[in-house]
Amino acid sequence: MSAINLLIDIVLLTMLVFTTIAIVRSRSLFAIVMLSGIYSLLSANIFVVLDAVDVAFTEAAVGAGISTVLMLATIGITGYEQKKRRSISRITPLIVVFITGAVLVYGTLDMPAFTNPSNPVHEHVAPRFIEQSPTEVGIPNMVTSVLASYRGYDTMGEVIVVFAALIGVLSLLGIREKKTDPVYTEPPPRPILQVMAKFMIPFIILFALYVQFHGDFGPGGGFQAGVIFSVAIILYTLTFSQQDAMDLVPPWVLKRLAALGVLIYGGTGVVSLLKGGNFLDYNVLAHDPIHGQHYGILIIEFGVGLTVACVMILIFFAFISRGDKNP
Amino acid sequence: MNFIIDALSWACLMLGCFLGISGAIGIFRFDEFYSRAHAASVTDTLCVLFIISGLVLQSGFNLVTVKMIFIVVLLWLTSPVASHALIRSAYQTGLKPKLAITRKESSKRTQS
Amino acid sequence: MFAVTCLAILIVMGIALARAFIGPTVYDRILAVNMFGTKTVLFIAVYGFLTERPEFMDIALVYALINFVGVIAVLKFVERFPPPSAQSDE
Repeated sequence: MSAINLLIDIVLLTMLVFTTIAIVRSRSLFAIVMLSGIYSLLSANIFVVLDAVDVAFTEAAVGAGISTVLMLATIGITGYEQKKRRSISRITPLIVVFITGAVLVYGTLDMPAFTNPSNPVHEHVAPRFIEQSPTEVGIPNMVTSVLASYRGYDTMGEVIVVFAALIGVLSLLGIREKKTDPVYTEPPPRPILQVMAKFMIPFIILFALYVQFHGDFGPGGGFQAGVIFSVAIILYTLTFSQQDAMDLVPPWVLKRLAALGVLIYGGTGVVSLLKGGNFLDYNVLAHDPIHGQHYGILIIEFGVGLTVACVMILIFFAFISRGDKNP
Repeated sequence: MNFIIDALSWACLMLGCFLGISGAIGIFRFDEFYSRAHAASVTDTLCVLFIISGLVLQSGFNLVTVKMIFIVVLLWLTSPVASHALIRSAYQTGLKPKLAITRKESSKRTQS
Repeated sequence: MFAVTCLAILIVMGIALARAFIGPTVYDRILAVNMFGTKTVLFIAVYGFLTERPEFMDIALVYALINFVGVIAVLKFVERFPPPSAQSDE
């Protein structure tokens, strides 16, 4: 049993190394995007093997789906080929990389061995989370209770980072809403794809809602659900047209909803302050602490999902409305 | 009874593996895009069906089984559509299939 | 028996990876990624059974959804910005 697991680890990691080398050596940007899609599929497999289900879930939704789409939209602006650079000396970079790598490897020698039960990570807060979270928070998925309750501040920071990324993209690129674009001619309609997309989109949205509200019990939560929801809209945009999608979910609504998600998260913290607890202390939200934790986690996960979905859709819109301009 | 179920699921899994590997050999060995796409898309659906039904036989009936049936249905819907869209857009952007012998070549061959 | 299936799926993944490396056309790479994605779904499903914790089906389900959207996105992109030469992208 353990031998076969070891073999699977070795094969997956070897493929990862080969993919990385191919990404570094390739000059075609398109090939690099395809290979990084494979890279993210491989790393999700490794996360599954390492038993990190929630991380694998995020990698599945973000790495394989959204980032491929966004990188392709970027290539639409930059072009297929990497520019040829002047030939420079290869010796100096090699020496720098070699020394840095040697230092890093030397640093890992001090690190405790993998899967050693007396590692520092297993001795400080982890046992407390594992022992106390069923009685303090009371939801079966411990990752969610750590993410949303014990580490609520960090998660709020992450949501704000996502929101800040949106502000950055919008202020750099902006979304061009044009009713007619004479340069760009619509490709011929693809009936099979359109029927299929119409059939799939409701299921994708339903699955996103399942991931959103089942996050207390199984892998999933606001981040993953938001990305899956935005994938549904992206599929609609791809199979129909950008104008159709913008009529369906107008960007001005999305911008306000994205801000509303952050507001819901922060507002929960303020409400818990007003009810006499600490910031983001859900115990005071309901008549008893366990119910308070449940409500708090559900509400902030909803805020996270709302923000992430709107931000992903808006960034996608920003990229493709930009790509229209260039041939 | 247990033995029969085990044997059935072995057979399903091995058949699925065989189809998967033959598809992979096809995608690697054929020397032209359309043949490769053909090899990959034809084997893909049946491979998924056999492997998942091998797993379903082992798990019995529960939530996991329902999810696996969803996976099969989804892949059966999406995989052929993806292959279709791929080949269609390859053809439309001007990738011409390499036919074994075109008419001109065959007439040349008969002359010489 | 799950171990054998896992190894077979890994072999298929490796071969698809080789096709994605050598190309030569854009479409070959897309085909390889598509195949890799399908095999990832299967790998996650089988691996759950191999370790006797078949609760990972949600991830496999996400992949089955996302992979399709990814391939459609790539195709839409290639149609809108055709590669410099259709025969090879190098």
